[in-house]
Amino acid sequence: MSVSFLISQAKSVQKVIDENSAEIEVLDQKIGDGDHIFNIQRGLKLVVELEDSIKDLPLAKALNMIAMKVLSGIGGSSGALFGTFFMTMAKSPDLDKDVDFNKACEMIISGIKAMKERGKADVGEKTMMDVLIPVSEKLNELKNESEFKSGLNEVIKIAEERMLSTKDMLATKGRASFLGERAKGHIDPGARSSQLIIDTICKSVINN
Amino acid sequence: MKKFINNNDDFLKESLTGFGKAHSDIINVNLDPSFVSRKNKTKDGKVSLISGGGSGHEPMHGGFVGHGMLDAACPGFVFSAPTPDQMQAAAEHVDSGAGVLFIVKNYSGDIMNFQMGAEMYSGKNDSIVTNDDVAVEDSTFTTGRRGVAATVLVEKIVGSLAEHGGSLEECKKLGEKVNKNAGTMGVAFTSCTVPAAGKPTFDIGDDEMEFGVGIHGEPGRKREKIQASKTIVGNILEAILDNLKPEKNEKNLLFVNGMGGTPLTELYLVYEDACQILQSKGIQVTKSLVGNYCTSLEMQGASITLLKCDDEILKHWDSPVHTAAMRWGM
Repeated sequence: MSVSFLISQAKSVQKVIDENSAEIEVLDQKIGDGDHIFNIQRGLKLVVELEDSIKDLPLAKALNMIAMKVLSGIGGSSGALFGTFFMTMAKSPDLDKDVDFNKACEMIISGIKAMKERGKADVGEKTMMDVLIPVSEKLNELKNESEFKSGLNEVIKIAEERMLSTKDMLATKGRASFLGERAKGHIDPGARSSQLIIDTICKSVINN
Repeated sequence: MKKFINNNDDFLKESLTGFGKAHSDIINVNLDPSFVSRKNKTKDGKVSLISGGGSGHEPMHGGFVGHGMLDAACPGFVFSAPTPDQMQAAAEHVDSGAGVLFIVKNYSGDIMNFQMGAEMYSGKNDSIVTNDDVAVEDSTFTTGRRGVAATVLVEKIVGSLAEHGGSLEECKKLGEKVNKNAGTMGVAFTSCTVPAAGKPTFDIGDDEMEFGVGIHGEPGRKREKIQASKTIVGNILEAILDNLKPEKNEKNLLFVNGMGGTPLTELYLVYEDACQILQSKGIQVTKSLVGNYCTSLEMQGASITLLKCDDEILKHWDSPVHTAAMRWGM
């Protein structure tokens, strides 16, 4: 993981999220209040715009700037959760040394753990954590493998399955939780956006 | 979408700047990070009250900054929680040494961002979470009830106690009491349109209403055919009374709140219906508030809040207040 990797991933993710924005917006209007897609799009735009200010910075500083931008520029649950994710990654030890696959997995795992604590949400509650926690568990299995690319295909599969599994869940966290039975039958918009992000990044790593 | 708008990116900034100019005798507006604060600095030793939330609920919360109510308000984007740096900057600006009490509506985004703001602020602080909406059940299976219109009452009543020298602990305790004594439920006739979305948040038929709607247009208990005002008001009150169970000799404040698109004429009619129904059940209405205080953009609809009042609550409700949206006694 490097600063240029982060910038190129942010650009790819931005493209995919923009392509799927109408779908996510509709999901959020069904069971939320419709702000999720705008928050995610605004956040990605702000991060992509950081390119010139962070491209020559050490990784820890760049991650910290991304964290602060996400935290102050997005708002809503997404801002707090993704801000927490990047802030935690920025605090990882030995970021001045080479960050290999193993180390990058550890950073992502610790970031997701911090999001789980911030949102006080676990698997089965119809939120983005339904995708992120199983992905984090799979990365934990994969991190020490030298042949990790085939493993990333499994990560993609897990993210998709878990995203789809939110459809029949009763929400117990987040704004959909106020709906009770009426939230059933709709995929959680946060789970969908998270799955798209994971899908994009994994595919890019596999193909490089 | 038909709105007064120049471009979506500047929507909030332009509105806040106008708000600042229109009420320059009471408040200042700070941009980047955005917060509204009192024009006159909080007096030393007074607990500072800070609230905030997504924009689109005006006059909540910026309209409640001023003497006898809030010290600062942090507006987020439309229907999106504000960010931790706003809360931190507002706290640093207004804290006069007695600590800061954050008043937060029970929504996941607000809770998380206020928590982070509180962690980033080095001074003494505490927070209360409002959750007065009886439309959604409070059970271990949900995030709990939503914080809606009674937040206005909490801000007024705790604001008075802070003005009278109440400590951080006392302010928190009173705020929790007001929240516990209040119940709210709303109904929507039309949707609202978030400027960034450009189209209505939900579809609703000309003859339908969303019963138990949230303040962002989130679905409520059920979708029904529209009925006579008395029937709607009766159903809302039934849900509230089931929850609050006021005693016959208890005094109550009745608050009819407009969602933004319903004229005052109708809100007063709702108030009259509510008074008659409560009277028939032997429930006393001692204090009143009618108007658009906790809105949902241009949504047509209203919420009713009942607050059980003891002497302490009544005293702090009646005390002087001078804000952009609420003013009496001074």
